[in-house]
Amino acid sequence: MTGFYTLFYKEILRFWKVSFQTVAAPVLTSLLYLLVFAHVLDAHVEPYPGVRYTAFLIPGLAMMTMLQNAFANTSSSLIQSKITGNIVYILLPPLSHLEFFGAYVLAAMIRGLVVGAGVFVAALFFAKPAFAYPLWIIAFALLGSMIMAILGIIAGIWAEKFDQLAAFQNFLIMPLTFLSGVFYSIHSLPPFWQKVSHANPVFYLIDGFRYGFFGASDASPWLSLAIAGGCCLLLALYTLQLLRSGYKLRH
Amino acid sequence: MSVAIDFAGVSKLYGDFRALDNVSFQVNEGDFFALLGPNGAGKTTLISILGGLNRASSGTTRVMGFDVQANYRQARRAVGIVPQELVFDPFFTVRETLTFQSGYFGIRKNDDWIDEILANLGLTEKANSNMRALSGGMKRRVMVAQALVHRPPVIVLDEPTAGVDVALRQTLWAFIRRLNSDGHTIVLTTHYLEEAEELCNRIAMLKQGNLIALEDKSRMLGRGKARSLVLRLQPRELPASLQDRLISQRDDGSFELRLPDCGALEGILAELKLAGISVRDIEVAKPDLEDIFLDMMQTPQPASPT
Ligand SMILES: Nc1ncnc2c1ncn2[C@@H]1O[C@H](COP(=O)(O)OP(=O)(O)OP(=O)(O)O)[C@@H](O)[C@H]1O
Ligand SMILES: [Mg+2]
Repeated sequence: MTGFYTLFYKEILRFWKVSFQTVAAPVLTSLLYLLVFAHVLDAHVEPYPGVRYTAFLIPGLAMMTMLQNAFANTSSSLIQSKITGNIVYILLPPLSHLEFFGAYVLAAMIRGLVVGAGVFVAALFFAKPAFAYPLWIIAFALLGSMIMAILGIIAGIWAEKFDQLAAFQNFLIMPLTFLSGVFYSIHSLPPFWQKVSHANPVFYLIDGFRYGFFGASDASPWLSLAIAGGCCLLLALYTLQLLRSGYKLRH
Repeated sequence: MSVAIDFAGVSKLYGDFRALDNVSFQVNEGDFFALLGPNGAGKTTLISILGGLNRASSGTTRVMGFDVQANYRQARRAVGIVPQELVFDPFFTVRETLTFQSGYFGIRKNDDWIDEILANLGLTEKANSNMRALSGGMKRRVMVAQALVHRPPVIVLDEPTAGVDVALRQTLWAFIRRLNSDGHTIVLTTHYLEEAEELCNRIAMLKQGNLIALEDKSRMLGRGKARSLVLRLQPRELPASLQDRLISQRDDGSFELRLPDCGALEGILAELKLAGISVRDIEVAKPDLEDIFLDMMQTPQPASPT
């Protein structure tokens, strides 16, 4: 237990020591999005009846930031230790693959949640979304950050260089998050693109999360929960298997 | 004497390349053991397998009786490894680094032992410096400290003195010697053969992934060519009775003779006297690991340990 806790604490410190970059910067970026989009669209778009665009945008932005930061934490921590070589100091001690997994995922989730909460609190100065179902909010926040933390582990293990990690981020994570309905309700899309969006697991995270705020969503929150939970479980099992086999970590 | 490390038929393949070829040997508890071999011989690969950083393609490895795969938790607790490459985490100070390392091994309050290690490695003043702010040699010391936080019975140092100044080499070896006399088993790789010669009691040599020698140091140093006698004679000729001892005649006309043990010296001098040849100069070449090493690396050896 001490081993797990130490690794977890180290992962927390790692981002907290540079929290200006890892927490404050992403919060600021999201606020800029909010400012620009809200300014342009607030008067013209009403995504759900009675919901202002700015209020609609806030949960989506918070979720997107949360996802990106959870991913960034595990993936950058792993690739950095791999490239500098200091990962040997985590591979030499008697840490099990479960402890390794748990510590990295939990720390990344915390970074995601802290940043997401930061975006949310700062955004309250612009608009107040409702809090229809707080439990749904919490459930999707946890699931979303966990899925991305796990994806970050996969990317961090798989990538051997920073540019490979950047490719993973730019060609997979970014499109999935941007095309998931952060900035729009997918009901406003043509039918074909609605179908495409439904194939994107991140869509369900954002949609379910938003349901927790407004009590309205594009898909049923139960469906979103089932899909997100299923993805999370599959990814976790796959990653635990990678870690147990030592893939790309223990040659 | 019980066994600290047991390599049994360990092979490692990287694709088609055989980095280790059926290596088997044991390190006994309390040994100060040198693992020697030229660049690329497979020393680091073998150590990585011992620490679970690499997986052997076949064969088994045990540390203090624990299989490095099946009982990896106990096995990793039993061994402390100082990696060859200089690695560190730039986010933390020296003390943080060591406290975290203790924690990974499940040890909570380790400050007393950490302080003792720091003092012994001359790092006390640097305890609160960031790792980034240390010189290369200082970082190397921290790496040694990191391998010791959990008081492992087996300590493995992969070229710990590369890039380290003379003063540290001495403090480091004094400390490691003390740990050895306290009962820790030490395994060392180094390219400074005099270091191995001075410190170790047993020596293994690897060449292209094969174990080519495994012996007590004294036996190895006593081998054939290593001990020799150089004589300058008047007149410059060697009696026939001594011809079979001749290794070579040097440019200055002196003769280099095999000297299996010092007792043979009297016999040689007696033969010379008998032949009426007088000795102008005499020199007993000190047995030297380096000569043996070079010799063994050049001559093709059958892979027969001991
Ligand atoms: N990851 C790897 N992939 C392919 N080949 C490797 C890998 N690691 C090591 N090797 C090869 O295995 C052989 C043994 O390497 P190793 O690092 O064990 O040598 P060494 O005895 O420690 O050498 P040195 O004295 O230079 O440290 C070398 O030929 C090396 O190129
Ligand atoms: Mg090496």
